[in-house]
Amino acid sequence: MRSPIVRLLTCGSVDDGKSTLIGRLLVETDSIPYDTVDAARQVRRAGSTIPAGEIDFSLLTDGLEAEREQGITIDVAYRSMSLLDGRRLIISDAPGHEQYTRNMVVAASRADIAIVLVDAIKGVRIQTRRHLTICSLMGIHRVLIAINKLDAVGYKESIYTQIKHEIEEVLPQLELTNVDFIPLSALIGDNVVERTPSLPWYQGSTLLQAIESWQPDEDRVESARMRVQSVLRADGFRGVSGTVHLGGFAQGDEVKVYPGNKIATISHILSDMREQKTAARSDAVTLVLEPEVDITRGDLIAASAADIHLSDRFSAHLVWLNEDALIHSRSYLLISGPTQTPVIVTKILHKIDVNSGEQISANTLLMNEIGLVEIATNQPLPLLPYKQSREFGNFILIDRLNFQTVGAGMIRHSLRRGENITYQAYEIDKSVRESAKNQSAKVIWLTGLPGSGKSTIANLLEKRLQALGMHAYVLDGDNLRMGLNVDLGFTPQDRAENVRRVSEVAKLMVDAGLIVITALVSPFEVDRQRARSLFDDGDFIEVFVDTPVDICLARDPKGLYKKAAQGQIPNLTGIGQGYEKPVKPEIVLDGTADIDRNTSLILKEII
Amino acid sequence: MPMRVDGKILRALEAESIEILRETAATFRKPVMMYSIGKDSSVLLHLTKKAFYPAPVPFQLLHVDTTWKFKEMITFRDKVVADNALTLIVHTNQEGADSGVNPFTSGISEYTRIMKTVALRQALDQYGVDAAIGGSRRDEEKSRAKERIFSLREEGHRWNPRNQRPELWRSYNTRLAPAQTIRVFPLSDWSESDVWRYIAAENIEVNPLYFAQTRPVIKRGGQLIMVDDERYPLQQGEKPEMMRVRFRTLGCYPLTAAVESDATTIAEIVEEVLAVKLSERATRLIDGALEDSMEKKKSEGYF
Repeated sequence: MRSPIVRLLTCGSVDDGKSTLIGRLLVETDSIPYDTVDAARQVRRAGSTIPAGEIDFSLLTDGLEAEREQGITIDVAYRSMSLLDGRRLIISDAPGHEQYTRNMVVAASRADIAIVLVDAIKGVRIQTRRHLTICSLMGIHRVLIAINKLDAVGYKESIYTQIKHEIEEVLPQLELTNVDFIPLSALIGDNVVERTPSLPWYQGSTLLQAIESWQPDEDRVESARMRVQSVLRADGFRGVSGTVHLGGFAQGDEVKVYPGNKIATISHILSDMREQKTAARSDAVTLVLEPEVDITRGDLIAASAADIHLSDRFSAHLVWLNEDALIHSRSYLLISGPTQTPVIVTKILHKIDVNSGEQISANTLLMNEIGLVEIATNQPLPLLPYKQSREFGNFILIDRLNFQTVGAGMIRHSLRRGENITYQAYEIDKSVRESAKNQSAKVIWLTGLPGSGKSTIANLLEKRLQALGMHAYVLDGDNLRMGLNVDLGFTPQDRAENVRRVSEVAKLMVDAGLIVITALVSPFEVDRQRARSLFDDGDFIEVFVDTPVDICLARDPKGLYKKAAQGQIPNLTGIGQGYEKPVKPEIVLDGTADIDRNTSLILKEII
Repeated sequence: MPMRVDGKILRALEAESIEILRETAATFRKPVMMYSIGKDSSVLLHLTKKAFYPAPVPFQLLHVDTTWKFKEMITFRDKVVADNALTLIVHTNQEGADSGVNPFTSGISEYTRIMKTVALRQALDQYGVDAAIGGSRRDEEKSRAKERIFSLREEGHRWNPRNQRPELWRSYNTRLAPAQTIRVFPLSDWSESDVWRYIAAENIEVNPLYFAQTRPVIKRGGQLIMVDDERYPLQQGEKPEMMRVRFRTLGCYPLTAAVESDATTIAEIVEEVLAVKLSERATRLIDGALEDSMEKKKSEGYF
């Protein structure tokens, strides 16, 4: 089914006359209530030169007080109008000078068509290239380049032609094909909705005609896919609910449920509060499967004949949306539709200069930057390349501490097939190894400032455990940096990777039945939480060695604080970098108290 | 031909709204559905029944009662709750009511703040609500045009338009930090006429106040106000006049203006909505009070 809703993105700034263009489009298609239009005849911005009684079109679209004061729109707004053939047009408007990329990416995420405004007075500018790059990246199907303010340049064809040629030169690089150029004046109303005698040399369509003539590609024949939003239960009833985002299902179809490759048959399809024979693309349905296979939110239901590959490694374009920069090796939460799983950005291949299209090497992404990255997900996912499916190819990243949306990603391709690496279960497992050693394996995670006393405590704790006939091992941060972690420095990124490696090693040792003691500054809560997430409940004992910084400074067993004071160590925790105190540690030790007593406090937790 | 496309638009809007409602039920601990008794609430409830059929509606309903609602609203509310076997929470800001706050002498904005905004915050806190589903649409008002579908509220239920999460595709971030809550707007992309056409197509029961009938009204400042009970303070010599009127939106009766109309069926209402071309909130006495008033109210926690 062709979508009856068309989504349009408008790119450009207030200076390009974008608000005026949208305002005119809405007014001339009779899409705005009369009282709202009347208000736009009366209210005036400070410094406005539009005579009272005429419509200030830009007022129709600038919604919020704050932006009206500044004379700029600051966020994404959505407005609707009807097209002549009855389809609905939803316009997403992403203005603003700062945060431009972020807002535009949000507005573009669901857009079918984009209008890119070019000011005929100023010609092609750096932002034009930026708009086109983002349109290409976000999978926009059709781009209309509106060359505006032609009234101000005497409606000269030569100006239109020059701008057109300049843009046409960069289009092949951007992989944009379905592009048209429309000369117009939003202020006068030429060629927006109405044709104009002022542009006799232009025979093409008006802006509205160009929008209306767009039709989505006929659906390719795709095998059916639906992700499970929830399992629905009622008296004697069990169904799975979700939206069909690819292909379609019919009653009696054999399907496979992933992960797990479980085979079932669709015995009933429910929607509209009744039984249906089929479920088409975009339908929100509930399926009843026979037999009742194990299934949860986020699982994929697909036609059983389909060639489905799950993967836990992907390359993707990532747009960074947050003030806190991306830290590779740090764990974020990935959300794609109903799918949620922890994810690590393992590699930043390069970032893309949106103004020039150039690839620049990078080890982080700042807000509004776009990069090509590799990600590793905690579990294999059925994601598809974004070019193939927007629904199955998109994801957002969430900060695991404050839950802000920090990144938006578009899958390029999977890097390996998850099913090729299956977890091999051995008969001798952790519990067997634990009972052979007559102990309960766990990790004692010591965290605190340099000089707080972690290594000293770890040393004494291991000796006491040894004396008790127990099997323990210390993973010392500094010692590991001479071998396993020799390639890592002390930036937040490297610290995250350091903690990740140590926690993975500790996990193996705990699996081997050992009591593992780690002595690492591990200053960031999010990294420690990720380490914790690797272990079973109760196996991760976080011990905060709480020693005031002035005492650590006075102790300075490794001379680090002295070097930091001389400017030789810029990233020393407590001096150049902050230390985040644990939020919910199992044990807090007073680092100035007696060391025997402190060690006993930990021992009590273990035995 | 337009009717055929029209039906398709409603199906598409319906499917997206259902997806949002399911997402809300699946990811929040204590979601409630704001039930304001109006047409949007009727549509929301209908969509919810569809989303979870054959299971029961998984949300409790919450009605913030200012004690100044039309009598017919309360009757209708109780009937809907009984007919559909729903659970309803009714909350009134009792302190406010006891201290005599009313729409006449307290001033409209102070009355709204205490009896609606504060009352809503009280109810959300009292019942530990982490997600409140509302029927607001982006076409209602300019500041609503920027609303997310999952709209974050900071501590104290404050809406900060500068600190909203970017919302991309249909991958919704429903995670909350402590003290944060979410407002969910499944009807964001619907228009007023979509709502009415859907009501017609699905045969959804709506409040009789939406249909033209002879009602006792007085004229105040160019607006028609229905005198719904004896609490309405009439001025010297003022006498309610019987007029054939209906309501475009429902709220507190002294603050909700009627429009003269002969529309007695949903088809006639749809025709009227398409012809009138005034924004529907024009009949709400509060919004016109000052420019941007909706944004101010929302930042204090109003819906």
